[in-house]
This record gives sequence, structure tokens and C-alpha cells, in this order.
Amino acid sequence: MAKYIVKRIVTSVVTLLIITFLLFFLVRIMPGNPFPSERMTDEAIAAKRLEMGLDDPIMTQFIRYMKKVCVGDFGKGTSLYNGAPIKTVLNKAISNSFKIGGIAILLGTAVGLILGIVAALNRDGFWDVFCSVFSILGVCVPAYVFLIFLQYTFAYKTSLLPYFFDSMNFFKSTIIPSVSMSLFTMSTIARFTRNEMVEVMDSDYVRLAESKGMYGTKLVTRHILRNALIPVVTVLAPLIVDLLTGALVVEKIYGIQGIGKLMVDAISGEGIDYNYVLALGIIYSALYIGMMLVVDILYGVLDPRIRVAKKGGDK
Amino acid sequence: MNDFELLKHHDIVTDENFASQTYWKGVFTRFFAKKRSVIGLIIVVVIIVLAILGPVLSGYEYREISSVINPETGKEVVAKGLAPRIPFLHKLLGKAPYDDFFADKTFLFGTDDLGRDLWTRTWYGARVSLLIAFVTIAIDVVIGMCYGLISGYFGGVVDSIMQRFVEIANSVPRLVIVSVLAVFMPKGIGLVIVALLITEWIGMSKIARAEMLKIKELEYILAGKTLGASNLQIIFGDVLPNTIGPIITQVMFSIPTAIFTEAFLSFVGVGIMLPECSVGSLIEDGFNNITTLPYQIIPPIIVLALLMLGFNFIGDGLREALAPKLKDM
Repeated sequence: MAKYIVKRIVTSVVTLLIITFLLFFLVRIMPGNPFPSERMTDEAIAAKRLEMGLDDPIMTQFIRYMKKVCVGDFGKGTSLYNGAPIKTVLNKAISNSFKIGGIAILLGTAVGLILGIVAALNRDGFWDVFCSVFSILGVCVPAYVFLIFLQYTFAYKTSLLPYFFDSMNFFKSTIIPSVSMSLFTMSTIARFTRNEMVEVMDSDYVRLAESKGMYGTKLVTRHILRNALIPVVTVLAPLIVDLLTGALVVEKIYGIQGIGKLMVDAISGEGIDYNYVLALGIIYSALYIGMMLVVDILYGVLDPRIRVAKKGGDK
Repeated sequence: MNDFELLKHHDIVTDENFASQTYWKGVFTRFFAKKRSVIGLIIVVVIIVLAILGPVLSGYEYREISSVINPETGKEVVAKGLAPRIPFLHKLLGKAPYDDFFADKTFLFGTDDLGRDLWTRTWYGARVSLLIAFVTIAIDVVIGMCYGLISGYFGGVVDSIMQRFVEIANSVPRLVIVSVLAVFMPKGIGLVIVALLITEWIGMSKIARAEMLKIKELEYILAGKTLGASNLQIIFGDVLPNTIGPIITQVMFSIPTAIFTEAFLSFVGVGIMLPECSVGSLIEDGFNNITTLPYQIIPPIIVLALLMLGFNFIGDGLREALAPKLKDM
């Protein structure tokens, strides 16, 4: 197991490095001159380029950039936020996105699990039908449509909740975005939990437990849930990444200063801010790869069968 | 009279009720036995037909601004922000300003803030979205299948190099790919297509590879090799036709993803550009006018949701029809 974890960590780090280098390379080969050529002489530009190390080989530049990134320094934005240091803007954006995303994940997972379990226990009953209709709805309608709907009814028509995100009024203004973001997670988790539960409930070992006289809560928690929930971890991971890194459109519509909004600003404005694209690209990839790593390891820890298989199958 | 005909028993009865079926006929029957897949198919077919015929039937162009001349003042009145006008029914619905000037015109979904017919725009947008999805997924199928089949067939070093590449490509979040593309390409339909081309082939290649690994151990491949068939012939002639089933299922799940991605990119402002429209850009338009013309956002959302629903139902139905579990038979 330890060998597997180490191997997995190493490949993740290497993958991240390759992606970062590709991003860096792609942004560097963009045409364009960082200095205003009409106001500076050729010699001055050449001197400035030398000073900033822009004529160094790309590997040297990359290593220099990575050294800074490791201490959290992403440089400054070229056009966004008047060239404020990316680090400060990013810190705030990440904390906003993570708070709202976190609430959405908790809400989505909790409600989704309960709904899935209730649906599986009342198979073909009202809750089962409700669960399948709900999960179809959640998959077919994007989160931002729910957001627009909630915003229209609860903020515009009735003004029960704020129309835009307001960090002064944090609790009230997180309700609309986190609820609308959680619906996709909720429906996916509910459907998945329900299907896994049903499969486990039909299995031989549950029948054995029943025939031994086990029933009710004890049977559900000790035998059914434990086995049904393991696969749920795998679907949860990409959902968490999506939510934490900001449902882009949700943040844009609701005016949340999060990573998603930052990304939209960086690519969809008049001028594209390369430094932000680079910094956000690295952050997104790191989160994504990190999350996949955690899930893979967690999966091995949770499910002894996989642990054994991986130990045996490791080459 | 030939050697294989029975001499006497001309009255042998074959069991027609439980006649054995060919594989594809079985798939067909199982697919249509499910209510959900039939519903999905009907939804998708209806939307495709409307996307083709809808803009033609309305008599408006998708970018045409409707207007009439006010007979009293002689000035032009533009059909801005009209509520849906369905013949006979429109009297029950609310009236917009200038309503009386357009008493003889039909706007089934109303008009937008510039005076364009929303019925036409909605179906034109659906057409654009569907076209983008179909074209990109078709190309992705070709790329993904070739990649996966070759990787799976040759195995060994070729396979591990190709799979490392897939692993890396798969670790790049879609959003990062889009943002890097936005740096390199002009915004618009091209960006959406390239973004989808880069991301969607990976799933196809994984399925094609898995199928190849399964099939290449079978006897008929060995027979083909023994008879001297070339690698190319085995990969594309013998194995490829047998991977079609899972690939079609994957296509049915990829099309909604493509439509969703397109809608999302257009909403963010790097996708379809005006005056062209797609489902995503129509939702964005509707959102921008939601406080004044709240009905404008409803048709594109419903079309988007129905497309998702239809393709997902078809995908589910196909998956079950192609690989039936014993208990479903």
C-alpha cells in the first residue's frame, strides 16, 4: 500500500509539473511585446529584457517562475485589478470560492445521501420516484439556470434574499448560490447512492445477514451502507473539484469574487491577462490532480479488496 | 435438389414465436421495449425536426428585426419585447406596449429586446448547438477510436507511452484548456469546437482500448493473424465493427456534454458571438433581460433541458440494450 501511495504521489507531481510547463510555454510563446516600443528605445528595451531575464532559455525562466510559485508569488496582473499582486487577489478569491463551494458540497452530499438512502429503502415508493425525477432534473438543468430562477423569485420578486453577493451579509447571500450549486451534486449523489444501495441489498451477504435475524438500522448501517458508500467517494471527487474551483457562471451571475469569476474576467475581457491565466491554470490543475490523488488513496484505504488487488498487481 | 436439403420432411415447423434473433435485432427490440428510451428518442427527434423546420415555418429570419409602419404617424414601430403571441390565445396573456400594431402577427415565443422573433431564434440556436455537438463528437469518435484501438492492439511500450499521454491530457481541467485556447484563438464558434475536440476524445479512446483488449484475445483474431491479415486489417476491419456498440452509447452521453459545454462557454462570453445564436447565448440574452422580459429565458432553457433528457434517456436505453444483464432479459 505504501509503495502504491508513493508511486501515485510521484506520478501526480510529475503530471502537474508537465502541465505547468506546458502552460508556461504556451503563454510565453504568445506574440507581443511587454514594453511599449513607441516610448522606449531599442537599447532600453534590450536592457530591460536582460534585466528581467526574458532572453534566458525557457527552462531557466520556468525554473525561476516555479521557485516563486512555490512560495505563493504569482507576480502581478497585466490588466486586471490595476496590476495588484495576484497573490492577494487570489487569496481572497480562493477563500470566497471555497466557503460557498464548501457549503454547497456539505448541503449536496448530506441531502443527496439521505434522499438516496430513503429512496433505496422504499423501493418503488414515493421517495424512490421523487429521487429519480429529482436526479433527472438535476442532471438536465445547469446550476446557473437554478440560480437565475432562485435569484428571480427570491431576490427580485420578493427581495427575501440579496440580489448580489455581499460579503458584509455573508450568510444570507450565500443561500442562493450554494443551494443552486449543490443541486447537481445532490442529484448525482442521490441517484448513485440509491443504485449502489439497491445493488448491495440484493447481494448474498445481505441476504445471509437477514437470515441470521439481522434487520433494521443495524443491518442498514453495518452491512448495506458501508459497502454502498465506497463507490460514492469516486463520484464525489470530481464534483468537489468543480464546486470548490467555483461554478464559473454562478459566480459570474451572482457577482461573487471567486476563482471562477477571476477566470472569466481573465479570458473574456478586452485584453487577456496572461499572468492570471497562468496562475489560475496552475491552481486549477493542482486542485484537480490533488483531489484525484486523495480519492485514489482514500479508495484504497476504504475498500480492502482494492488494497489487496493493488498490492498484488503492482509491478 | 442439393446435398443439404432434407429428403422427406418438408413439413418441419420452425419456431417463429421464439425465433433466434440477430444481435442488432435483439438490441433494437430491447431498446424499444423500454418506455424511457422511446420517450428520449421522441424528444430528440422532435427537437431535431423543429430545429430544421422551425426557423423556416415562422417566416422570420433569426436576425431579422420585425417592425411595422404606424399608419397614424408614419413612423416605424419595432416589435420590441413582445410577450408570446399565439393566435386566439394571446388575448389571455398580458399585453406589451405597441401590442395593437402587431395584431395580425404571430410570435409564438414573443420577441426579444431588439424585436427578433424568439421562436425562430430558439430553433435556430438549437440547430447551431446540435450541429456543433454532432460535428465535434463525430470527429472525436474518429480520433478517439483510432487512438484507443492502436494503443490497445499493440500493447507494450506503445501502449504505455500512449496511455501516459492520455493520463496527462486527462489531468488538465477542461477550464484550463478553454482558458489557454482563449489566449490563442479568437472567441467564437471555432473556440468551442476546438475545446470540445481536445477534451472529448479521451473518453472514446478509453472505451475503444478496453474493447480492443477484450477482443484481441478472441479466436477469430488469431485466425485472422494466422491467415496473414495485416495489423491494419485486423484493427480496422475485424475489431472496429465489434466496438461500435459501446462507442455509440458513449456518443449519446458525449452529445449532451458537448451541448452543455457550448452553452456554458457562450454564456461566459467566449462562445457564439452576435448576431449568431445558440442555446447558451440565448439563455445569456434572456438572463440579461430577465427583469424586463422574464419570459424570454424560458424557451432556450426548456430546449436545453429536453435535449439533455432525451440524449441521456437514449444513452441509458442503448447501454442496457447493448449489454443486457441476465435479470433484465
